Amino acid sequence: MFSIYLFIFLSVVALFSALKVLLSKKPIHSVLYMTLTFFTLAGHYILLNAQFLAVVHVIVYAGAIMVLFLFTMMLLNLNLEGEFSKSTLMKIVAVIAGGLLFLVLIASLKSFDVATVGTPELTQIGLVKNLGTILYKDYLLPFELSSILFLSAMVGAVMLGKKD
Amino acid sequence: MENTIAQIQTIPLQYYIIFCSALFSIGVAGVLSKRNAIVIFMSVELMLNSANLLLTAFSAYRNDPAGQIFVFFIMVVAAAEVAIGLGLLVVVYRSTKTIDIDVLNRLKW
Repeated sequence: MFSIYLFIFLSVVALFSALKVLLSKKPIHSVLYMTLTFFTLAGHYILLNAQFLAVVHVIVYAGAIMVLFLFTMMLLNLNLEGEFSKSTLMKIVAVIAGGLLFLVLIASLKSFDVATVGTPELTQIGLVKNLGTILYKDYLLPFELSSILFLSAMVGAVMLGKKD
Repeated sequence: MENTIAQIQTIPLQYYIIFCSALFSIGVAGVLSKRNAIVIFMSVELMLNSANLLLTAFSAYRNDPAGQIFVFFIMVVAAAEVAIGLGLLVVVYRSTKTIDIDVLNRLKW
């Protein structure tokens, strides 16, 4: 019973901070609320017993990506306060579009057969040992290719960022 | 440990689907309603993360590790994408002095 309260708490905080990402006037506040969202999502991963993903999520998203966003924003002095915003009509249309998408996704739950989902067993797959074994056994080639992807991304970022 | 694992299953899978749908819809609304390119980027990250969480939830409930491996690779690609995307934004900002996507529409037509 405790975990369901934890789930609801984490979900409410995540949705609230996700909304604040959109509603904040200053982009820098958006980034900080985004970090809060990422931490709550890490809590969700732990709730699912996916500990490896939780740690990687915190390191990659909260540790690397958000720092990158903050650096870009601060170094370029992009923290412009509400200097430009879409017209009210466009905002309303955007909210309606998002709400309709949500409605469709929820409505599709009606035809979702719960029986197709296997009974959740005592899952241990999220632990580092199991995931590491699978990663290095069955997914070795994609894993190595991802390092090449990282190398090319790094070279590209350096090339783009260089003053010419 | 056993106790924790047993508790996980008290949450219905539908709750995860609803939560992730809500998060995804917020991301979509953000992409549509914002003009600051960095905030649009963050909304895209939000959508990626909701998909990640749902993959993990299904993977945990079906006892299939492939879903969590996919999430790992999605994180890898997202990190690379953000590095390149922000680099592009810096270049654009240097040449045009703005990151307002309504101004940067010369490639549109």
